[in-house]
Amino acid sequence: MAYLELDRVAKQFGAQTVVDDFSLSVGKGEFISFLGPSGCGKTTTLQMIAGFLDPTRGAIRLEDKDLTAIHPAKRGLGIVFQSYALFPHMTAAENVAFGLEMRNVPRAETAERVRAALAMVGLAGYEDRHPRRMSGGQQQRVALARALVIKPSVLLLDEPLSNLDAKLREEMQIELRQIQRTIGTTTILVTHDQNEAMSLSDRIVVMSQGHIEQIGTPQETYERPASAFVSQFLGKTNDFAATIDRTATPARLVAGSWSAPAPAGLNGPATVSIRPERIGFGDAGLSAKIVTRIFQGNHWLFQCESECGPAIVIRQNDGQEQPIEGDTVRLAWRPEDMSVRARVVA
Amino acid sequence: MRRNGPLALIFHTIFVIVMVAPILVVCLVAFTPEGFLSLPTNGFSLRWFRAIANYPEFIHAFWVSLGLGALSSFVALLFAVPAALAIARYRFRGRDALAALFLSPLMIPHVVLGIAFLRFFTSAGMGGSFAALIIAHVIIVFPFALRLTLAAATGMDLSVEMAAISLGAGGWTLFRRVSLPLILPGVISGWALAFIQSFDDLTMTVFLAAPGTETLPVRMFLYIQDNIDPLVTSVSACVIAITMTALILLDSFYGLDRVLAGKGDTGR
Amino acid sequence: MSTAADDRSVRAPWVLTAPALMLFVGVLLIPLAMTVMLSFHDWGQYKGIEPVFILKNWREIATDPYYAEMFWRTFRIAILTTLLTAVLGAPEAYILNRMSGRWKSIFLLVILGPLLISVVARTLGWALLFGGNNGLVNKLLMSAGLIRFPIPFMFTETGMVIALAHVMMPFMVLSVWAALQRLDPQIENAALSLGAGPITIIRRIIMPQIMPGVLSGAIIVFSLSASAFATPAIIGGRRLKVAATLAYDEFLNTLNWPLGAAVATLLLVALVLIVVGSNALIERRYAEVFR
Repeated sequence: MAYLELDRVAKQFGAQTVVDDFSLSVGKGEFISFLGPSGCGKTTTLQMIAGFLDPTRGAIRLEDKDLTAIHPAKRGLGIVFQSYALFPHMTAAENVAFGLEMRNVPRAETAERVRAALAMVGLAGYEDRHPRRMSGGQQQRVALARALVIKPSVLLLDEPLSNLDAKLREEMQIELRQIQRTIGTTTILVTHDQNEAMSLSDRIVVMSQGHIEQIGTPQETYERPASAFVSQFLGKTNDFAATIDRTATPARLVAGSWSAPAPAGLNGPATVSIRPERIGFGDAGLSAKIVTRIFQGNHWLFQCESECGPAIVIRQNDGQEQPIEGDTVRLAWRPEDMSVRARVVA
Repeated sequence: MRRNGPLALIFHTIFVIVMVAPILVVCLVAFTPEGFLSLPTNGFSLRWFRAIANYPEFIHAFWVSLGLGALSSFVALLFAVPAALAIARYRFRGRDALAALFLSPLMIPHVVLGIAFLRFFTSAGMGGSFAALIIAHVIIVFPFALRLTLAAATGMDLSVEMAAISLGAGGWTLFRRVSLPLILPGVISGWALAFIQSFDDLTMTVFLAAPGTETLPVRMFLYIQDNIDPLVTSVSACVIAITMTALILLDSFYGLDRVLAGKGDTGR
Repeated sequence: MSTAADDRSVRAPWVLTAPALMLFVGVLLIPLAMTVMLSFHDWGQYKGIEPVFILKNWREIATDPYYAEMFWRTFRIAILTTLLTAVLGAPEAYILNRMSGRWKSIFLLVILGPLLISVVARTLGWALLFGGNNGLVNKLLMSAGLIRFPIPFMFTETGMVIALAHVMMPFMVLSVWAALQRLDPQIENAALSLGAGPITIIRRIIMPQIMPGVLSGAIIVFSLSASAFATPAIIGGRRLKVAATLAYDEFLNTLNWPLGAAVATLLLVALVLIVVGSNALIERRYAEVFR
């Protein structure tokens, strides 16, 4: 049974539709990411769940109760904001205690729960510090403790890691995942960083221009992108224009001098989408000339000019000799590594 | 940035001397031991400061000014804080017009305001009363109270309030525990600047004050009209000292540049 | 994006501004309207104010050259004060801006601080400095050999302009200072590297960019000078009347309120027209600098 359910939710500001026809079922304990570029409607959707915006159409239900009828102060959701939104005039402990105070939790219990929450995020001993005197990472942890201490039914994270530097962000990702696993709170993360979405979530909701492009596990969305947008947004990809040659039997999919048996049920011009790390240099295949070769430690990055336009190839640095700039190579890949988009034959 | 040349520094020195001279000369003359206006050449004396005590009108006027400034600034804030919150965070039809109206006392000459209030309060049977002075001063200090509160409310991170709401705070609790503490520096500075404005106003108040409700600037002005003697310089020196103290407090609390920026631009 | 749900965000701003709005309508707009009305009432030495609608006061102001002369004096003093503050205040702001951090903030405090000090006290200072024919200023100028006979400052327009310029100077410095803050600190070096001399830099690079600041400072100084009361009253005495002191006399000495109200209304209308008009002109002329 769905724990949190969004049913055909839409949001309009005046004539502008910001979120349209958004349907999603979240299971209890699941970690979901809303992933998309800025302006795709992911934050708006989060704000509708939080209650800071009312949906124009559709319903939001939590355990089959209509959430939109409840005032945001009474929803009992935990939220971590991009700016952390800590109360600057309160200490870390007072920040964390605020939600419990609003719930009239007895003083002794509050003290104990605040202590435990701060310890959980690794901030034991920082109780009396004011936010201004803490680092970005520490403020982030206080914000997380403050959201979790009220035992929220759903934890909402709005770009929580985007203000941290790269190294700290990676550490916080691991920690966030561990904490979420331990306490099992249903969590929704809004992010524009595909690495963050992939490393943290059970399922990713890829959004673009107010629409859901794809819902799937990180692996599904990466390996089997449902649209050109998803394949472009989740990491680098090569899109080659191809044709389906029905004169041959069986029909073949042709891109320049590369060809493979055509998948059944497709017709007309097609797009072959292939990740750069899945392309190899072979004896046959798409003819290409290497324009630049960049060494990146654990791998090589080649930018090529192929018969079908620019191509990117990533090769593991396995000690083998690699082609150099100006070499002409043949690009080849396994049919199961590519995804083909074309008109479906009726 | 290149350094200033000697010519520029000479200009600057003369400029600063001229700016300070009138204020300095008032403070110096206040210490004269003579019975007439003169720079203290035969040593300093506090006789003219002691003389203030024998002139109860000045003492009384001082208390009127103090109470008027404190009270009218406080009342102005009661109206200005909610208005500033509304203007800072909502985009609504008529918002610009409202803001212009609330800042308009900066644009209207105080002599016109004085006449308008004199006419109004006399018709209302409140002529010369302390209550009338309070209401009039609320209007003239309102723009200053609004400006600084508005600056604080505009600079506030709205997600902090959202966080408080999500944790269960609402209505009055939200305002008292989160919103107000966040804009408090702006509110207090707004109060202080409003107080100084009220404390210094002569042009409008001179129309409204009656014997008994005369403020210190009005009393000083009326005194100067008759004769200028060392007594009024010692009173002025006290006023200058009080203002300086307030200035220094304001500077350490909020930063004088921000306060003055709020005063300098007269309602464009 | 609004914090509250949408229907509440339509009502909330009006609920929050309603008290202030009611206050302003009740005790600002209504009194101002009453003043305009008052200027059309009749007045007599013995009958007092008669609530009728006549143009007597306005006709008197329009026909009696005394009022034309008084208004001309008011605006002449305001214009001279504005020029004086611009000519002295703009260079000072520029010099101030080129000082190093500590000195800059000290002198900024010294120059802007007087803004908050009682106008009565500051004008009193000038009265002491001018102080008749053997005032400090005259003694200083004569001993320096700059003048041979004392210049009369008290009860003259010269004295009024000097004292007013001192009172208004912080507004001009502040306004130019604000414009200088928007200047790219590297811009002078850029001009220097292209071969411009110091005069050229000031004339071609700095002046055009701080001009909006000078002009908006000028509007503030002009409108405050034209409606100034304390300084003209103390320095000008009872003889040299300006609009504000005349209105004061009509109200509190002659007790001819309708005539005083007409003078005040005219002053208000003239100032609003001048300020709004020149603001619009400046903003059109310097649209790209203001954006």
